[in-house]
Amino acid sequence: MLSKKQIFSKGILAVAPHMFSVIPFGIVCGAIGIELGFSPVLVYAMSIIIFGGASQIVFLQLLSGGASALIAVTSVGVINSRHLLYGAVLSEYLEKLSFIKKLLISYLVVDQGFAESNKFFQKNRNETHLHYHLLGSGGTLWVCWQISTLAGIILGSFVPEELGLKFAVPLTFIAVVVQDIKKLDHVIVMITCGLSSLLFFDAPFKSYIIISPIIALIVAALVLRLKK
Amino acid sequence: MTWFTIIIAGIITYFMRMTMVALVDRDLLGERVKAVLAYVPSAVFPAIIFPGIFINDYGTFIEMNDPKIFGAIVAILVGYFSRNVIATIISGLFSYWIIIFLL
Repeated sequence: MLSKKQIFSKGILAVAPHMFSVIPFGIVCGAIGIELGFSPVLVYAMSIIIFGGASQIVFLQLLSGGASALIAVTSVGVINSRHLLYGAVLSEYLEKLSFIKKLLISYLVVDQGFAESNKFFQKNRNETHLHYHLLGSGGTLWVCWQISTLAGIILGSFVPEELGLKFAVPLTFIAVVVQDIKKLDHVIVMITCGLSSLLFFDAPFKSYIIISPIIALIVAALVLRLKK
Repeated sequence: MTWFTIIIAGIITYFMRMTMVALVDRDLLGERVKAVLAYVPSAVFPAIIFPGIFINDYGTFIEMNDPKIFGAIVAILVGYFSRNVIATIISGLFSYWIIIFLL
């Protein structure tokens, strides 16, 4: 049985490699907000209030482009709706927590933290303090996101664009799913999602980010039925 | 007004994060739904991966000889065999940089 501290550290270490994409993305996110003419306090407050990279950028771009508040809010809702799926997966491992702890820990769930902690949970179902992994991963991502958006707000976009660090985003998620390409059912689901995301890329409100997972999960359900 | 909009967007985002963890009783999900949930990472992350590789900053498809495709293939191979997250990311980035800076 691992101690709370050990699990917490494992959570921190698990998301550390993701800083290749999170930190440059945070800097760009802060810098874009200022370039678009928003006040520094407002741009920074979004990192605390919304705490969701892609949705923060889209939100600012929409508002500065003259879109209505309703459209901006809807977009954030659509982009972040995938967290409902993450929550449904994580609830299995967080069931025993008190209601208050569930409310608090939910705030920390983002893509990379979900990805890494979920992997850990699957392999260590019987540990008692599982949620400390999510605190470690989510807490690390939160702190780094705050510092990097703040750096972008103050210093501007100082990461050279020629480096193409945006490409680190798909790479970090390749690292998350790559072991599952051994399993044919997972490959079918991944390709369905990937192709759907390209097909629906221009759908309104960036909704490809939730449309393609839904299509892929329907395919997953069909695959499961065939396997029986 | 912008502040109000941000707060609403934040509340909505928080509810997306919290609802399934804190408000919905897990027993309400059927066995079949729970089985499908095992596919969530495979069903969600390619929607971040594919556009990140195949669609450029202007929202159009990249050419088939784009260095990102090469970088992604290297990352997949290294990731698969090394089982190491850092090696996957670094190999992908370096192979991409080698093409854009040296070739």
